Amino acid sequence: MRLRRLTQAAAFAFLTLAMAAVLLALGTILYYILARGAGAISWEFLTSFPRRGMTAGGIFPAIVGTFYLAVGTLIFSLPLGICAAIYLVEYAPQGRAVRLIRMAVNNLAGVPSIVFGLFGLAFFVRLLGLGVSILSGSLTLAFLVLPTIIRASEEALRAVPQEFREGALALGATRWQMIRRVVLPAGLPGVLTGAILALGRAAGETAPIIFTAAVFSARLPNSPLSPVMALPYHLFVMATESIFYEETRPIQYGTAIVLLGLVLALDLVAILVRARLRRGRRW
Amino acid sequence: MPKEMLEPVIVVEDLDFYYGKEQALRGVSLSIPRNKVTAIIGPSGCGKSTFLKTLNRLHELIPGARVKGRVLFNGRDILSREVDPVELRRRIGMVFQKPNPFPKSVFENVAFGLRVNGDVSNLKEKVEQALRRAALWDEVKDKLQRSAFDLSGGQQQRLCIARALAVEPEVLLMDEPCSALDPIATAKIEDLILELKEDYTVIIVTHNMQQAARVSDYTAVFLTGGVMVEFAETKKIFENPANKMVEDYITGKFG
Repeated sequence: MRLRRLTQAAAFAFLTLAMAAVLLALGTILYYILARGAGAISWEFLTSFPRRGMTAGGIFPAIVGTFYLAVGTLIFSLPLGICAAIYLVEYAPQGRAVRLIRMAVNNLAGVPSIVFGLFGLAFFVRLLGLGVSILSGSLTLAFLVLPTIIRASEEALRAVPQEFREGALALGATRWQMIRRVVLPAGLPGVLTGAILALGRAAGETAPIIFTAAVFSARLPNSPLSPVMALPYHLFVMATESIFYEETRPIQYGTAIVLLGLVLALDLVAILVRARLRRGRRW
Repeated sequence: MPKEMLEPVIVVEDLDFYYGKEQALRGVSLSIPRNKVTAIIGPSGCGKSTFLKTLNRLHELIPGARVKGRVLFNGRDILSREVDPVELRRRIGMVFQKPNPFPKSVFENVAFGLRVNGDVSNLKEKVEQALRRAALWDEVKDKLQRSAFDLSGGQQQRLCIARALAVEPEVLLMDEPCSALDPIATAKIEDLILELKEDYTVIIVTHNMQQAARVSDYTAVFLTGGVMVEFAETKKIFENPANKMVEDYITGKFG
Protein backbone atom coordinates (compact mmCIF):
# COMPACT_ATOMS: atom_id res chain seq x y z
CA MET A 1 0.00 0.00 0.00
CA ARG A 2 2.73 2.42 1.02
CA LEU A 3 4.71 1.42 -2.02
CA ARG A 4 1.83 2.24 -4.34
CA ARG A 5 1.50 5.68 -2.77
CA LEU A 6 5.22 6.24 -3.10
CA THR A 7 5.20 5.17 -6.73
CA GLN A 8 2.40 7.60 -7.41
CA ALA A 9 4.17 10.42 -5.61
CA ALA A 10 7.33 9.72 -7.58
CA ALA A 11 5.46 9.61 -10.88
CA PHE A 12 3.68 12.89 -10.24
CA ALA A 13 6.89 14.49 -9.06
CA PHE A 14 8.49 13.42 -12.32
CA LEU A 15 5.61 14.84 -14.38
CA THR A 16 5.84 18.13 -12.52
CA LEU A 17 9.57 18.21 -13.07
CA ALA A 18 9.17 17.59 -16.80
CA MET A 19 6.70 20.46 -17.04
CA ALA A 20 9.00 22.71 -15.04
CA ALA A 21 11.89 21.89 -17.39
CA VAL A 22 9.79 22.91 -20.39
CA LEU A 23 8.79 26.18 -18.75
CA LEU A 24 12.37 26.81 -17.73
CA ALA A 25 13.63 26.34 -21.29
CA LEU A 26 10.98 28.66 -22.65
CA GLY A 27 11.64 31.21 -19.93
CA THR A 28 15.38 31.12 -20.49
CA ILE A 29 15.03 31.73 -24.20
CA LEU A 30 12.62 34.59 -23.68
CA TYR A 31 14.72 36.13 -20.94
CA TYR A 32 17.91 35.83 -22.95
CA ILE A 33 16.42 37.48 -26.00
CA LEU A 34 14.54 40.15 -24.09
CA ALA A 35 17.47 41.06 -21.90
CA ARG A 36 19.76 41.56 -24.84
CA GLY A 37 17.37 43.03 -27.34
CA ALA A 38 15.04 45.19 -25.30
CA GLY A 39 17.47 48.10 -25.48
CA ALA A 40 17.32 48.11 -29.25
CA ILE A 41 13.56 48.39 -29.38
CA SER A 42 12.33 51.88 -29.97
CA TRP A 43 9.73 53.57 -32.09
CA GLU A 44 12.44 54.47 -34.54
CA PHE A 45 13.66 50.86 -34.70
CA LEU A 46 10.19 49.70 -35.67
CA THR A 47 9.33 52.41 -38.16
CA SER A 48 12.49 53.48 -39.95
CA PHE A 49 14.68 52.06 -42.66
CA PRO A 50 18.13 50.58 -41.99
CA ARG A 51 20.98 53.00 -42.26
CA ARG A 52 24.74 52.79 -42.69
CA GLY A 53 24.86 49.32 -44.18
CA MET A 54 22.39 47.87 -41.68
CA THR A 55 24.45 48.83 -38.63
CA ALA A 56 21.98 51.45 -37.53
CA GLY A 57 18.44 52.54 -38.06
CA GLY A 58 15.37 50.35 -38.04
CA ILE A 59 13.91 47.22 -39.54
CA PHE A 60 10.63 48.54 -40.87
CA PRO A 61 10.94 46.96 -44.36
CA ALA A 62 11.61 43.54 -42.81
CA ILE A 63 8.50 43.80 -40.63
CA VAL A 64 6.42 44.74 -43.64
CA GLY A 65 7.95 41.92 -45.71
CA THR A 66 7.32 39.25 -43.12
CA PHE A 67 3.77 40.47 -42.65
CA TYR A 68 3.09 40.23 -46.38
CA LEU A 69 4.70 36.81 -46.63
CA ALA A 70 2.68 35.44 -43.71
CA VAL A 71 -0.61 36.81 -44.99
CA GLY A 72 0.17 35.69 -48.55
CA THR A 73 0.93 32.21 -47.30
CA LEU A 74 -2.44 31.97 -45.58
CA ILE A 75 -4.27 33.28 -48.64
CA PHE A 76 -2.91 30.38 -50.68
CA SER A 77 -2.77 27.61 -48.11
CA LEU A 78 -5.92 28.09 -46.06
CA PRO A 79 -8.56 27.64 -48.79
CA LEU A 80 -6.58 24.82 -50.39
CA GLY A 81 -5.95 23.06 -47.10
CA ILE A 82 -9.54 23.36 -45.92
CA CYS A 83 -10.86 22.05 -49.22
CA ALA A 84 -8.46 19.11 -49.11
CA ALA A 85 -9.53 18.32 -45.56
CA ILE A 86 -13.21 18.47 -46.49
CA TYR A 87 -12.52 16.12 -49.36
CA LEU A 88 -10.71 13.67 -47.12
CA VAL A 89 -13.22 13.71 -44.27
CA GLU A 90 -16.58 14.25 -45.92
CA TYR A 91 -16.35 13.18 -49.50
CA ALA A 92 -13.68 10.62 -50.30
CA PRO A 93 -14.70 7.00 -49.88
CA GLN A 94 -12.79 5.91 -46.79
CA GLY A 95 -10.31 3.29 -47.84
CA ARG A 96 -6.93 2.72 -49.35
CA ALA A 97 -6.92 5.84 -51.52
CA VAL A 98 -7.58 8.14 -48.58
CA ARG A 99 -4.95 6.38 -46.48
CA LEU A 100 -2.49 6.89 -49.30
CA ILE A 101 -3.32 10.58 -49.63
CA ARG A 102 -2.98 11.03 -45.89
CA MET A 103 0.40 9.32 -45.97
CA ALA A 104 1.52 11.64 -48.76
CA VAL A 105 0.41 14.67 -46.78
CA ASN A 106 2.27 13.46 -43.72
CA ASN A 107 5.37 12.91 -45.81
CA LEU A 108 5.08 16.44 -47.10
CA ALA A 109 5.23 17.58 -43.47
CA GLY A 110 8.50 15.69 -43.04
CA VAL A 111 10.29 17.34 -45.96
CA PRO A 112 13.07 19.67 -44.71
CA SER A 113 12.26 23.30 -45.27
CA ILE A 114 15.38 23.96 -47.34
CA VAL A 115 14.03 21.46 -49.88
CA PHE A 116 10.89 23.54 -50.15
CA GLY A 117 13.14 26.52 -50.73
CA LEU A 118 14.95 24.82 -53.59
CA PHE A 119 11.67 23.61 -55.05
CA GLY A 120 10.32 27.16 -54.88
CA LEU A 121 13.41 28.47 -56.62
CA ALA A 122 13.17 25.94 -59.42
CA PHE A 123 9.41 26.01 -59.87
CA PHE A 124 7.99 29.42 -58.93
CA VAL A 125 11.04 31.67 -59.37
CA ARG A 126 12.45 30.11 -62.53
CA LEU A 127 9.94 27.92 -64.32
CA LEU A 128 6.89 30.12 -63.75
CA GLY A 129 9.08 33.20 -63.99
CA LEU A 130 7.68 34.82 -60.84
CA GLY A 131 11.17 35.89 -59.81
CA VAL A 132 12.35 36.44 -56.26
CA SER A 133 9.14 37.93 -54.93
CA ILE A 134 6.47 37.95 -52.27
CA LEU A 135 4.40 35.78 -54.57
CA SER A 136 7.07 33.09 -54.99
CA GLY A 137 7.83 33.12 -51.28
CA SER A 138 4.18 32.92 -50.25
CA LEU A 139 3.51 30.04 -52.61
CA THR A 140 6.58 28.17 -51.36
CA LEU A 141 5.62 28.74 -47.72
CA ALA A 142 2.05 27.73 -48.55
CA PHE A 143 3.29 24.29 -49.60
CA LEU A 144 5.30 24.09 -46.41
CA VAL A 145 2.35 24.79 -44.11
CA LEU A 146 -0.24 22.88 -46.14
CA PRO A 147 0.14 19.63 -44.15
CA THR A 148 -0.32 21.54 -40.88
CA ILE A 149 -3.51 23.11 -42.12
CA ILE A 150 -4.86 19.92 -43.66
CA ARG A 151 -4.23 17.88 -40.53
CA ALA A 152 -5.69 20.47 -38.16
CA SER A 153 -8.74 20.92 -40.41
CA GLU A 154 -9.21 17.18 -40.75
CA GLU A 155 -9.17 16.76 -36.99
CA ALA A 156 -11.56 19.66 -36.57
CA LEU A 157 -14.02 18.21 -39.08
CA ARG A 158 -13.77 14.74 -37.59
CA ALA A 159 -14.57 16.20 -34.17
CA VAL A 160 -17.92 17.48 -35.46
CA PRO A 161 -20.47 15.02 -34.03
CA GLN A 162 -21.89 12.55 -36.53
CA GLU A 163 -25.36 13.40 -35.13
CA PHE A 164 -25.15 16.84 -36.77
CA ARG A 165 -24.59 15.23 -40.14
CA GLU A 166 -27.42 12.72 -39.69
CA GLY A 167 -29.72 15.49 -38.52
CA ALA A 168 -28.99 17.64 -41.55
CA LEU A 169 -29.35 14.82 -44.07
CA ALA A 170 -32.54 13.60 -42.42
CA LEU A 171 -34.06 17.02 -43.13
CA GLY A 172 -33.45 16.68 -46.83
CA ALA A 173 -30.17 18.57 -47.04
CA THR A 174 -27.74 17.55 -49.76
CA ARG A 175 -24.31 16.54 -48.61
CA TRP A 176 -22.92 19.86 -49.74
CA GLN A 177 -25.58 21.78 -47.82
CA MET A 178 -24.78 19.66 -44.79
CA ILE A 179 -21.07 20.49 -45.13
CA ARG A 180 -21.61 24.20 -45.79
CA ARG A 181 -24.28 24.92 -43.24
CA VAL A 182 -23.52 22.53 -40.39
CA VAL A 183 -20.14 20.81 -40.52
CA LEU A 184 -17.96 23.75 -41.56
CA PRO A 185 -19.35 26.29 -39.08
CA ALA A 186 -19.04 23.72 -36.31
CA GLY A 187 -15.48 22.83 -37.28
CA LEU A 188 -14.23 26.37 -37.94
CA PRO A 189 -12.59 26.97 -34.53
CA GLY A 190 -10.42 23.89 -35.02
CA VAL A 191 -9.55 24.95 -38.54
CA LEU A 192 -8.40 28.29 -37.18
CA THR A 193 -6.09 26.47 -34.78
CA GLY A 194 -4.38 25.08 -37.86
CA ALA A 195 -4.19 28.55 -39.34
CA ILE A 196 -2.56 29.84 -36.15
CA LEU A 197 0.12 27.18 -36.27
CA ALA A 198 0.68 27.80 -39.97
CA LEU A 199 1.01 31.53 -39.44
CA GLY A 200 3.72 31.07 -36.85
CA ARG A 201 5.69 28.80 -39.12
CA ALA A 202 5.26 30.99 -42.19
CA ALA A 203 6.54 34.06 -40.37
CA GLY A 204 9.46 32.28 -38.76
CA GLU A 205 10.81 30.04 -41.51
CA THR A 206 14.02 31.18 -43.15
CA ALA A 207 15.15 28.46 -45.54
CA PRO A 208 12.12 28.52 -47.87
CA ILE A 209 12.42 32.25 -48.48
CA ILE A 210 16.20 32.52 -48.90
CA PHE A 211 15.96 31.77 -52.62
CA THR A 212 12.39 32.74 -53.30
CA ALA A 213 11.46 35.99 -51.63
CA ALA A 214 13.93 37.55 -49.26
CA VAL A 215 16.74 39.93 -50.06
CA PHE A 216 19.27 41.60 -47.80
CA SER A 217 18.17 45.10 -48.57
CA ALA A 218 15.09 46.41 -50.29
CA ARG A 219 12.67 49.25 -50.47
CA LEU A 220 9.09 48.63 -49.45
CA PRO A 221 7.45 46.27 -51.94
CA ASN A 222 5.14 47.90 -54.45
CA SER A 223 3.66 44.73 -55.93
CA PRO A 224 3.36 41.01 -55.17
CA LEU A 225 6.24 40.54 -57.57
CA SER A 226 8.64 42.65 -55.50
CA PRO A 227 11.33 41.01 -53.42
CA VAL A 228 11.20 41.91 -49.73
CA MET A 229 13.24 42.03 -46.59
CA ALA A 230 12.05 39.57 -43.98
CA LEU A 231 12.70 39.34 -40.25
CA PRO A 232 14.08 35.80 -40.03
CA TYR A 233 16.28 36.29 -43.07
CA HIS A 234 17.49 39.64 -41.78
CA LEU A 235 18.38 38.00 -38.48
CA PHE A 236 20.17 35.18 -40.27
CA VAL A 237 22.23 37.49 -42.45
CA MET A 238 23.10 39.88 -39.62
CA ALA A 239 24.23 37.05 -37.40
CA THR A 240 26.21 35.05 -39.92
CA GLU A 241 27.24 37.07 -42.92
CA SER A 242 27.50 40.66 -41.81
CA ILE A 243 31.03 41.83 -41.19
CA PHE A 244 29.66 43.90 -38.32
CA TYR A 245 28.07 40.99 -36.55
CA GLU A 246 29.48 42.04 -33.17
CA GLU A 247 28.31 45.66 -33.35
CA THR A 248 24.87 44.68 -34.57
CA ARG A 249 24.13 42.23 -31.73
CA PRO A 250 21.48 44.53 -30.20
CA ILE A 251 19.86 44.89 -33.61
CA GLN A 252 19.84 41.11 -34.02
CA TYR A 253 18.18 40.52 -30.66
CA GLY A 254 15.82 43.38 -31.29
CA THR A 255 14.85 41.75 -34.58
CA ALA A 256 14.22 38.48 -32.77
CA ILE A 257 11.93 40.23 -30.30
CA VAL A 258 10.01 41.88 -33.12
CA LEU A 259 9.66 38.53 -34.93
CA LEU A 260 8.31 36.91 -31.78
CA GLY A 261 6.01 39.85 -31.21
CA LEU A 262 4.70 39.78 -34.76
CA VAL A 263 3.94 36.06 -34.60
CA LEU A 264 2.22 36.52 -31.25
CA ALA A 265 0.19 39.44 -32.59
CA LEU A 266 -0.93 37.46 -35.63
CA ASP A 267 -1.78 34.52 -33.39
CA LEU A 268 -3.69 36.77 -31.05
CA VAL A 269 -5.99 37.87 -33.86
CA ALA A 270 -6.73 34.26 -34.79
CA ILE A 271 -7.18 33.28 -31.15
CA LEU A 272 -9.69 36.09 -30.63
CA VAL A 273 -11.62 35.07 -33.73
CA ARG A 274 -11.60 31.46 -32.54
CA ALA A 275 -12.79 32.40 -29.07
CA ARG A 276 -15.66 34.32 -30.63
CA LEU A 277 -16.64 31.36 -32.77
CA ARG A 278 -16.41 28.99 -29.84
CA ARG A 279 -18.82 30.97 -27.72
CA GLY A 280 -21.99 28.98 -27.23
CA ARG A 281 -20.32 25.76 -28.31
CA ARG A 282 -21.57 22.92 -26.14
CA TRP A 283 -21.23 19.49 -27.54
CA MET B 1 -50.84 -8.64 -41.04
CA PRO B 2 -53.85 -7.04 -39.32
CA LYS B 3 -56.90 -7.65 -41.45
CA GLU B 4 -58.79 -4.42 -40.93
CA MET B 5 -55.78 -2.31 -41.83
CA LEU B 6 -56.34 0.65 -44.08
CA GLU B 7 -54.26 1.66 -47.03
CA PRO B 8 -50.59 1.29 -46.05
CA VAL B 9 -48.17 4.17 -46.59
CA ILE B 10 -45.04 2.03 -46.47
CA VAL B 11 -44.85 -1.59 -47.55
CA VAL B 12 -41.66 -3.46 -46.77
CA GLU B 13 -41.11 -6.65 -48.75
CA ASP B 14 -38.56 -9.27 -47.83
CA LEU B 15 -35.92 -6.90 -46.54
CA ASP B 16 -32.43 -8.23 -45.83
CA PHE B 17 -29.75 -6.00 -44.37
CA TYR B 18 -26.03 -6.65 -44.06
CA TYR B 19 -23.28 -4.84 -42.21
CA GLY B 20 -20.41 -6.26 -44.24
CA LYS B 21 -20.85 -9.99 -43.81
CA GLU B 22 -23.04 -9.75 -40.75
CA GLN B 23 -26.75 -9.97 -41.45
CA ALA B 24 -28.79 -7.54 -39.37
CA LEU B 25 -32.25 -8.05 -40.89
CA ARG B 26 -33.67 -11.27 -42.33
CA GLY B 27 -36.59 -11.22 -44.70
CA VAL B 28 -38.59 -8.52 -42.95
CA SER B 29 -42.01 -7.86 -44.49
CA LEU B 30 -44.28 -5.26 -42.98
CA SER B 31 -47.00 -2.80 -43.95
CA ILE B 32 -47.15 0.51 -42.09
CA PRO B 33 -50.68 1.93 -41.89
CA ARG B 34 -51.22 5.60 -42.72
CA ASN B 35 -51.93 8.11 -39.94
CA LYS B 36 -51.30 5.58 -37.19
CA VAL B 37 -48.53 5.10 -34.72
CA THR B 38 -46.59 1.93 -35.32
CA ALA B 39 -44.17 0.82 -32.61
CA ILE B 40 -41.20 -1.39 -33.26
CA ILE B 41 -40.00 -3.23 -30.20
CA GLY B 42 -37.45 -5.90 -29.49
CA PRO B 43 -34.34 -6.66 -27.50
CA SER B 44 -31.03 -4.85 -28.08
CA GLY B 45 -29.35 -5.82 -31.31
CA CYS B 46 -32.52 -7.13 -32.97
CA GLY B 47 -32.10 -4.70 -35.86
CA LYS B 48 -34.99 -2.37 -35.05
CA SER B 49 -32.94 0.82 -35.43
CA THR B 50 -31.34 -0.57 -38.57
CA PHE B 51 -34.80 -1.21 -39.95
CA LEU B 52 -35.84 2.37 -39.25
CA LYS B 53 -32.76 3.76 -40.99
CA THR B 54 -33.52 1.92 -44.22
CA LEU B 55 -36.89 3.68 -44.40
CA ASN B 56 -35.22 7.02 -45.18
CA ARG B 57 -32.02 5.49 -46.54
CA LEU B 58 -29.90 6.95 -43.77
CA HIS B 59 -28.21 3.55 -43.64
CA GLU B 60 -26.24 4.70 -46.66
CA LEU B 61 -24.00 6.67 -44.30
CA ILE B 62 -22.76 3.44 -42.73
CA PRO B 63 -19.74 2.02 -44.55
CA GLY B 64 -20.35 -1.53 -45.70
CA ALA B 65 -24.13 -1.44 -45.28
CA ARG B 66 -26.12 -3.35 -47.94
CA VAL B 67 -29.82 -3.96 -48.39
CA LYS B 68 -31.87 -6.39 -50.42
CA GLY B 69 -35.61 -6.35 -50.87
CA ARG B 70 -38.13 -3.62 -51.48
CA VAL B 71 -39.46 -0.70 -49.49
CA LEU B 72 -42.50 0.78 -51.19
CA PHE B 73 -43.42 4.30 -50.13
CA ASN B 74 -46.73 5.28 -51.70
CA GLY B 75 -46.16 2.43 -54.12
CA ARG B 76 -42.64 3.43 -55.20
CA ASP B 77 -39.53 1.44 -54.30
CA ILE B 78 -37.37 3.90 -52.41
CA LEU B 79 -34.36 1.60 -52.41
CA SER B 80 -34.12 1.89 -56.19
CA ARG B 81 -31.39 4.05 -57.65
CA GLU B 82 -33.85 6.35 -59.36
CA VAL B 83 -35.15 7.65 -56.07
CA ASP B 84 -33.22 10.65 -54.79
CA PRO B 85 -32.55 10.14 -51.06
CA VAL B 86 -32.50 13.91 -50.55
CA GLU B 87 -36.07 14.21 -51.83
CA LEU B 88 -37.10 11.09 -49.90
CA ARG B 89 -35.83 12.40 -46.58
CA ARG B 90 -37.88 15.53 -46.95
CA ARG B 91 -40.99 13.38 -47.05
CA ILE B 92 -39.89 10.90 -44.39
CA GLY B 93 -38.54 12.84 -41.41
CA MET B 94 -36.55 11.46 -38.53
CA VAL B 95 -35.97 12.10 -34.84
CA PHE B 96 -32.95 10.49 -33.19
CA GLN B 97 -32.13 8.79 -29.90
CA LYS B 98 -30.19 11.67 -28.49
CA PRO B 99 -31.56 15.16 -29.14
CA ASN B 100 -29.27 16.53 -31.85
CA PRO B 101 -30.06 20.20 -32.42
CA PHE B 102 -27.57 22.06 -34.59
CA PRO B 103 -25.27 24.56 -32.90
CA LYS B 104 -27.52 27.37 -34.08
CA SER B 105 -30.36 29.39 -32.64
CA VAL B 106 -33.75 27.85 -31.87
CA PHE B 107 -35.19 29.65 -34.87
CA GLU B 108 -32.45 28.56 -37.28
CA ASN B 109 -32.80 24.95 -36.17
CA VAL B 110 -36.43 24.88 -37.22
CA ALA B 111 -35.76 26.96 -40.33
CA PHE B 112 -32.93 24.67 -41.45
CA GLY B 113 -35.04 22.18 -43.39
CA LEU B 114 -36.97 24.98 -45.06
CA ARG B 115 -33.82 26.82 -46.03
CA VAL B 116 -32.09 23.81 -47.56
CA ASN B 117 -35.23 23.11 -49.53
CA GLY B 118 -35.31 26.69 -50.79
CA ASP B 119 -38.68 27.22 -49.12
CA VAL B 120 -38.02 30.57 -47.43
CA SER B 121 -41.24 32.49 -47.98
CA ASN B 122 -43.14 33.20 -44.76
CA LEU B 123 -40.28 31.65 -42.83
CA LYS B 124 -41.36 33.13 -39.51
CA GLU B 125 -44.91 31.81 -39.79
CA LYS B 126 -43.72 28.37 -40.77
CA VAL B 127 -41.24 28.18 -37.92
CA GLU B 128 -43.90 29.27 -35.46
CA GLN B 129 -46.36 26.73 -36.81
CA ALA B 130 -43.83 23.90 -36.54
CA LEU B 131 -42.96 24.90 -32.98
CA ARG B 132 -46.65 25.02 -32.08
CA ARG B 133 -47.25 21.58 -33.52
CA ALA B 134 -44.34 20.27 -31.48
CA ALA B 135 -45.93 21.84 -28.36
CA LEU B 136 -42.85 23.97 -27.81
CA TRP B 137 -43.92 27.44 -28.95
CA ASP B 138 -45.05 28.77 -25.58
CA GLU B 139 -41.78 27.73 -23.96
CA VAL B 140 -39.43 29.19 -26.57
CA LYS B 141 -41.28 32.09 -28.21
CA ASP B 142 -39.18 34.59 -26.22
CA LYS B 143 -35.87 32.89 -26.89
CA LEU B 144 -35.95 32.11 -30.58
CA GLN B 145 -32.55 33.71 -31.07
CA ARG B 146 -30.94 31.87 -28.17
CA SER B 147 -28.76 28.85 -28.78
CA ALA B 148 -30.66 25.59 -29.04
CA PHE B 149 -28.27 24.23 -26.42
CA ASP B 150 -29.83 26.57 -23.85
CA LEU B 151 -32.96 24.40 -23.88
CA SER B 152 -33.47 21.42 -21.59
CA GLY B 153 -33.03 17.92 -22.98
CA GLY B 154 -36.77 17.41 -23.38
CA GLN B 155 -37.17 20.78 -25.07
CA GLN B 156 -34.27 19.99 -27.37
CA GLN B 157 -35.97 16.77 -28.43
CA ARG B 158 -39.24 18.61 -29.11
CA LEU B 159 -37.19 21.16 -31.05
CA CYS B 160 -35.87 18.30 -33.16
CA ILE B 161 -39.44 17.15 -33.72
CA ALA B 162 -40.43 20.69 -34.72
CA ARG B 163 -37.45 20.81 -37.06
CA ALA B 164 -38.60 17.60 -38.71
CA LEU B 165 -42.24 18.78 -38.93
CA ALA B 166 -41.29 22.11 -40.50
CA VAL B 167 -40.65 20.49 -43.89
CA GLU B 168 -44.06 18.81 -43.71
CA PRO B 169 -43.15 15.18 -44.08
CA GLU B 170 -45.74 12.44 -44.46
CA VAL B 171 -43.98 10.02 -42.19
CA LEU B 172 -42.05 10.66 -38.99
CA LEU B 173 -39.47 8.09 -37.92
CA MET B 174 -38.54 8.15 -34.25
CA ASP B 175 -35.55 6.17 -33.04
CA GLU B 176 -35.99 5.71 -29.27
CA PRO B 177 -36.76 9.42 -28.94
CA CYS B 178 -37.12 9.31 -25.15
CA SER B 179 -34.15 7.18 -24.23
CA ALA B 180 -32.14 10.20 -23.08
CA LEU B 181 -35.04 11.94 -21.30
CA ASP B 182 -36.49 11.98 -17.79
CA PRO B 183 -40.05 10.70 -17.14
CA ILE B 184 -41.71 14.13 -17.31
CA ALA B 185 -40.08 15.04 -20.60
CA THR B 186 -40.93 11.55 -21.85
CA ALA B 187 -44.61 12.03 -20.99
CA LYS B 188 -44.67 15.27 -22.97
CA ILE B 189 -43.20 13.59 -26.03
CA GLU B 190 -45.67 10.73 -25.74
CA ASP B 191 -48.61 13.16 -25.58
CA LEU B 192 -47.20 14.85 -28.63
CA ILE B 193 -46.94 11.60 -30.55
CA LEU B 194 -50.63 10.93 -29.92
CA GLU B 195 -51.47 14.35 -31.37
CA LEU B 196 -49.18 13.96 -34.34
CA LYS B 197 -50.91 10.90 -35.73
CA GLU B 198 -53.81 13.09 -36.79
CA ASP B 199 -51.61 14.42 -39.57
CA TYR B 200 -48.65 12.09 -39.82
CA THR B 201 -47.73 8.47 -39.88
CA VAL B 202 -45.41 7.82 -36.94
CA ILE B 203 -43.04 4.89 -36.69
CA ILE B 204 -41.36 4.68 -33.32
CA VAL B 205 -38.60 2.35 -32.27
CA THR B 206 -38.54 1.81 -28.53
CA HIS B 207 -37.12 -0.65 -26.07
CA ASN B 208 -39.65 0.47 -23.52
CA MET B 209 -42.66 -1.83 -23.83
CA GLN B 210 -44.89 0.35 -21.69
CA GLN B 211 -44.19 3.19 -24.06
CA ALA B 212 -45.16 1.08 -27.05
CA ALA B 213 -48.36 0.10 -25.27
CA ARG B 214 -49.16 3.71 -24.41
CA VAL B 215 -48.60 5.42 -27.72
CA SER B 216 -48.95 2.94 -30.56
CA ASP B 217 -51.83 1.53 -32.56
CA TYR B 218 -49.80 -1.25 -34.11
CA THR B 219 -46.72 -3.02 -32.89
CA ALA B 220 -44.08 -5.03 -34.68
CA VAL B 221 -41.84 -7.28 -32.60
CA PHE B 222 -38.31 -7.96 -33.78
CA LEU B 223 -36.23 -10.64 -32.15
CA THR B 224 -32.53 -11.38 -32.08
CA GLY B 225 -31.10 -12.11 -35.50
CA GLY B 226 -33.12 -9.42 -37.21
CA VAL B 227 -36.37 -11.31 -37.72
CA MET B 228 -39.75 -9.67 -37.42
CA VAL B 229 -41.80 -12.30 -35.63
CA GLU B 230 -45.16 -10.65 -35.11
CA PHE B 231 -47.00 -7.59 -36.30
CA ALA B 232 -50.50 -6.79 -35.08
CA GLU B 233 -52.60 -4.26 -33.28
CA THR B 234 -50.78 -3.19 -30.15
CA LYS B 235 -53.62 -4.43 -27.95
CA LYS B 236 -53.38 -7.89 -29.40
CA ILE B 237 -49.58 -8.03 -29.11
CA PHE B 238 -49.71 -7.17 -25.43
CA GLU B 239 -52.81 -9.16 -24.45
CA ASN B 240 -52.78 -12.14 -26.67
CA PRO B 241 -49.67 -12.56 -28.81
CA ALA B 242 -49.75 -15.36 -31.34
CA ASN B 243 -46.08 -16.16 -31.06
CA LYS B 244 -44.73 -17.87 -27.95
CA MET B 245 -41.40 -16.02 -28.13
CA VAL B 246 -43.22 -12.69 -28.34
CA GLU B 247 -45.19 -13.65 -25.23
CA ASP B 248 -41.96 -14.52 -23.41
CA TYR B 249 -40.42 -11.23 -24.47
CA ILE B 250 -43.47 -9.17 -23.49
CA THR B 251 -43.73 -10.82 -20.11
CA GLY B 252 -40.08 -10.17 -19.45
CA LYS B 253 -38.72 -13.70 -19.65
CA PHE B 254 -35.86 -12.31 -21.73
CA GLY B 255 -34.94 -8.90 -22.93
